Amino acid sequence: MKRRTMVLVVFATVSLLVLSGVQSVFAAPIKIGVAGAFTGDLASYGLPTVNAAKLVVKDINAKGGINGQLVELVIEDDQCKPELATNAAAKVVSAKVVAVIGHICSGATKAALGIYKDSKLVTISPSATNPPLTQSGEYPNFFRTIAPDDAQAKLAATFLTKTLKLKKIAVLHDKGDYGKGFAELVKQYAEENGVQVALFEGINPGAPDYSAVVNKIGNAKVDGVVWGGYHPEASKLVQQMKDKGMNLAFISDDGVKDNTFIEVAGKYAEGVYATGPTDTSSNPLAIKAIEDHKKEFGSEPGAFFLNAYAATQALLNAIAKAKSTDYNKIVAALQSEYVDTPLGHISFDKRGDIVGFGFSVFQVKNGKYVELK
Amino acid sequence: MEYFLKLFLSGTAKGSIYALIALGYTMVYGIIQLINFAHGEIYMIGGFTALILGGFFFSNGMPVGLVLVFSVLLSIMYAAAFGFTVEKIAYRPLRGKPRLSALISAIGVSMVLQNFVLLSQTEKFLSFPSYLPEFNWLQPYKAYINSTQLIILGVTAVIMVLLTLLIKFTRIGKAMRATAQDMHMAQLVGVDVNQVISVTFIIGSALAAIGGVLICSYMGQINYYIGFIAGIKAFVAAVLGGIGSIPGAVLGSFVLGWTESLGTGYISSDYEDAFAFVILIVILLIKPDGILGRTQRQKV
Repeated sequence: MKRRTMVLVVFATVSLLVLSGVQSVFAAPIKIGVAGAFTGDLASYGLPTVNAAKLVVKDINAKGGINGQLVELVIEDDQCKPELATNAAAKVVSAKVVAVIGHICSGATKAALGIYKDSKLVTISPSATNPPLTQSGEYPNFFRTIAPDDAQAKLAATFLTKTLKLKKIAVLHDKGDYGKGFAELVKQYAEENGVQVALFEGINPGAPDYSAVVNKIGNAKVDGVVWGGYHPEASKLVQQMKDKGMNLAFISDDGVKDNTFIEVAGKYAEGVYATGPTDTSSNPLAIKAIEDHKKEFGSEPGAFFLNAYAATQALLNAIAKAKSTDYNKIVAALQSEYVDTPLGHISFDKRGDIVGFGFSVFQVKNGKYVELK
Repeated sequence: MEYFLKLFLSGTAKGSIYALIALGYTMVYGIIQLINFAHGEIYMIGGFTALILGGFFFSNGMPVGLVLVFSVLLSIMYAAAFGFTVEKIAYRPLRGKPRLSALISAIGVSMVLQNFVLLSQTEKFLSFPSYLPEFNWLQPYKAYINSTQLIILGVTAVIMVLLTLLIKFTRIGKAMRATAQDMHMAQLVGVDVNQVISVTFIIGSALAAIGGVLICSYMGQINYYIGFIAGIKAFVAAVLGGIGSIPGAVLGSFVLGWTESLGTGYISSDYEDAFAFVILIVILLIKPDGILGRTQRQKV
């Protein structure tokens, strides 16, 4: 009995060695760089990307790799710091990768992109949302599987002009980077679409009472209110507006597209519009990716996991479709081929922004956010 | 004119919110010259207690009116006990020490209480049910003022009158005034100073709890951090009106509310805080002790 087990083990080991030996003899692996914050304060933003890349690569290698070659990851840390990002980029380039997944933070990504551009390496970030990265046209090698910061404001502005057909609006914000940034962009896009912005003001977050500014909204005779900020102020605003008998369209951002808003504002939340990332929770691929993560790493995946998963899939798919690791062919494949990912059926536009995934408009109906198609 | 009236009433409502908190601040300061930074936290704890008790009573099928009465009464008692304990633990041992020590102790208590609620309850915003009645006759005027605002205004007025009467005409009021004037002398003539200060804290904290329930009902939400923000504004209002003076705190709160409201309405809400602090500076330049503050005579 014992001897038989022994024989089996030896046989298995030998055959494994032979098999892997065969593969490495026939084709060198395709190397993909993964760079981002994997240590430091922002490691929680970067580590899910490594896990996602590992899972996709494991799946693909189990199926025999792409174009007969196995895929291998080269992982480099930048701690989200631009000065470390250039080091990481240099290391990744010298490891002879064919493309890069990363970086995580916009600042670090921008710092590293020049190096990748010079080395003709396709770079796909799961999380860098800074608009100019794609819009400046400076980095034709850059792609991302997340919508840029201004997409949300653009969507909100289009929605209020085209769908709700508002003519005159008030735009309020909480004076913070996120809220004010959103509000300013909505104002700009709405005015470009011919909507009059009668009121543009910041309010103090956390104040117990907003009745003065609500009176001001009433006095401005607008058809809708746009709020850039988070849900605690939003729920006070909708409550005080409805208490005064003002039934205006209320359009807000991702900071309000949170179930806490509905819990706190209760009946006052009904009818409120908010933009937020398109819902992927019912996508079977997303469910599978999350299950795989739990099995492999024993925990729930973190931030940008699905974006990174989709980025890796899109990249490997492009290499497979291009049947080559040539830069121009990968770029062409990324822009023309669609691929099914946890984020949906995606591709990239000429600038490198994701197509097929982004922000949607949601409305509170019967105490739930419902995606408006 | 209609717009002005709306803004004026909104400022009045806002002022009465500040006043509810400022009254407790000013009372404690008037007696022991301590800026009790933990006052805002007692207000928050009062609100939380009412929320928890209210939820408990509701789920046991108690009618709304009784829920209001019981949860308010119990949260007042709970907050008063908190105020009493805080004074015993954090301020009494520092009596007679430099005033700065007690002030720093107060800031410490404020942080401890915030984090206590954060850890023992939640970091999230919670919905606060409206326990207060809606007046139907007010419906046509709802663009101007709503029931909750009117109730807050009424309660503030009643509390102000009661406190003034308490201090002017009762035995404990007399003892409070004596303690405020000269603690050692009051002790010499037989006033139990420790008891007087405890009563002051109990009354101040009870007021904070009333404020907590009313203001949270108005806002419709509660969070461990609300006391800090409201406390700062109420403190400004108390200083504006003359810290230590009961009518001063109310007047200061109204002045602050009107300034913020009219400033927001006619100029911009971006500068709401700037209006508040500009008016504070202007008034302190003209009357350094606040609008109704008594000038402190130099003791020789």
